Amino acid sequence: MSAIDVGAALPRAKIEILPALTPLIVAAIAAPFIGSWSTFATLTLAGLAMGMMIFTMASGLTLAFGMMDVLNFGHGAFISLGAYVATLVFLPLAAWAQADSLMLNFAVFGLALIAAVVVTGAFGFVFERVLIVPVYGQHLKQILVTLGGSIVVEQLLYALFGPEQIPISPPASFNGSFVFGEAAIEKYRVVAMGVGLAVFVAQIVVLNRTRIGLLIRAGVENREMVEALGYRIDRLFVGVFMAGSALAGLGGVLWALYRGQVHASMGGELLVLVFIVIIIGGLGSVGGCFTGAILVALIANYAGFLAPKLALVSNILAMVVVLLWRPRGLYPVSGR
Amino acid sequence: MRLLSGEAPRGGALRALLILVFAALMLAPFLFPGAKALNVAEKICVMALLAASYDLLLGYAGIVSFAHVMFFGIGSYGVALALYGLGPGWGAMALGAAGGLAFATLLALAVGLFSLRVQAIFFAMVTLAVAYAFNVLASQLSNITGGEDGRSFQVPDALKPGFKLAEIGGFSINGRMLSYYLVFVFCVVLFLAVLRVVNSPFGRVLQAIRENPLRAEALGYRIVFHRTLATCLSAAGAAAAGALNAVWLRYVGPDTALSFSIQIDVLVIVVIGGMGSLYGALLGAALFVIAENYLQALIGALSKGAANLHLPVLPSLLHPDRWLLWLGVMFILAIYFAPTGIVGKLRKAED
Repeated sequence: MSAIDVGAALPRAKIEILPALTPLIVAAIAAPFIGSWSTFATLTLAGLAMGMMIFTMASGLTLAFGMMDVLNFGHGAFISLGAYVATLVFLPLAAWAQADSLMLNFAVFGLALIAAVVVTGAFGFVFERVLIVPVYGQHLKQILVTLGGSIVVEQLLYALFGPEQIPISPPASFNGSFVFGEAAIEKYRVVAMGVGLAVFVAQIVVLNRTRIGLLIRAGVENREMVEALGYRIDRLFVGVFMAGSALAGLGGVLWALYRGQVHASMGGELLVLVFIVIIIGGLGSVGGCFTGAILVALIANYAGFLAPKLALVSNILAMVVVLLWRPRGLYPVSGR
Repeated sequence: MRLLSGEAPRGGALRALLILVFAALMLAPFLFPGAKALNVAEKICVMALLAASYDLLLGYAGIVSFAHVMFFGIGSYGVALALYGLGPGWGAMALGAAGGLAFATLLALAVGLFSLRVQAIFFAMVTLAVAYAFNVLASQLSNITGGEDGRSFQVPDALKPGFKLAEIGGFSINGRMLSYYLVFVFCVVLFLAVLRVVNSPFGRVLQAIRENPLRAEALGYRIVFHRTLATCLSAAGAAAAGALNAVWLRYVGPDTALSFSIQIDVLVIVVIGGMGSLYGALLGAALFVIAENYLQALIGALSKGAANLHLPVLPSLLHPDRWLLWLGVMFILAIYFAPTGIVGKLRKAED
């Protein structure tokens, strides 16, 4: 037994508070312009729900990049795939979804989420083994190959499901809104927010309280050192990649129900948003990704209300401002 | 073939192919009369220039950009909006082209300075986001750009199909032919200019940075400066290609000038032709455009045949609308098995 207490030798890393407060600052700045309290509350709640969904899709991507320098341009295709899997569950079980029973409603919703997670997770495994393994460590080829993969997946989805949009609506009891005074939030958004929050909490717990989480965090900080200590980081990475793909599928289901339709091009559109979020957050940082997602979603909602034309470029502007302030994102990961 | 740059194609087969493509393009209006063939020839010229300017970034500087088609679109819209707003005239055309070029270069400078100073991988993500936002803007600001419908416009009289200059040996020298040669000459000159750039000391430094950024920096070359300059030059080339294409089409719209599928086409052309070799861009463009125009029909016929045999799934996989699927598969295979493209294969066969 060594005399040195290993736990005490490592000081707790300081967490900067200011970047985490940026969504609050944005909300405080936007509030006077919006004027009415109820509109502000409605927009903020809607923004939080949207942010949770984007975070769900983005978190896996940022971790995978942090660990293995793999930037997956095919991530958008996983989002679409998850959404299509949800339609496979929702359409045959339409009776359950429309039934006047909270339990059946939740059952079909849960089944869709589970199916999407399983299918996209398995697909992520295949994608990683077949496409990404041969080009480890070569950024340029990785970008090109994953982009090619996403084109193929998107086209296969068109071929299998047809080029038309597929309408899909949340189960009956998720329709309607909760009303607080004059502010209202759709029930489904509360559910989506709950799922997103659960994902965030689960990730934080796994990353900070388990042995695997410790290895993942160590791998993000310094891969070679973890390998030198005898851990098979490439195997761990496959797991992280699968989890990231599964979360993309989960986010795809949430987003499809939120928008009420499924289309193979949705993945590409969301990928742009996801990239902006993980750049703002700092590549590799889960906490930064969370903050970035909330920030981008809030700005999108406020801008959509205050200046609809500006809303189209609001997330780009947000990214520019954040990067001018902190060139490596809100929470830069050391060594990158 | 030591035109300006001193870079020889190396390899007999390669040289023969290049001469063949060049001669076919130069004599296209006489060899292949007919509207479709001339359209194909024009598209090869424009895509060769577009792919060459993209290869400057992808192949020589080792940077992936997804905004190349945005710059192409800026060039297109520059010429189109000038001719639409000021009426048909050479002055308006030149003004529009110059404006588009200047705007594209400045935007490239801004994007480059902004995202290249951190790490090159940012650039791929940032350009994707910027190009997407630009696309949305172009279709939303319909009072300026014409929105989804785009803008049709008039070109100077000498370039209109109805214009007749002379008859030579059964061929009428008309406005269409003059337009083609306008596009052809500009594409050749600009292609040679890009070839000159990649073989200049600047081009060598770009390759050094691509191979080993740390070492290049240690030798005293400013990485950000070189990468940003490459981005600007490549954007200017793309804008010029866009301007020429708009003059040829006499129309501009999101589908012909800004669509992400053009970006994928350019990527496929550069990768299949051979990254890091401009001759590959020319061969790739010729092969790709010909395949796009004539192979698609073949795939469609296969799809019909499969449908007649009542095979499952196959008809929808082979449907002409799924052209991108096969492009994607080819693209992935090319990256794995022929990373140096056609040019690399031909040179290797010679050695």
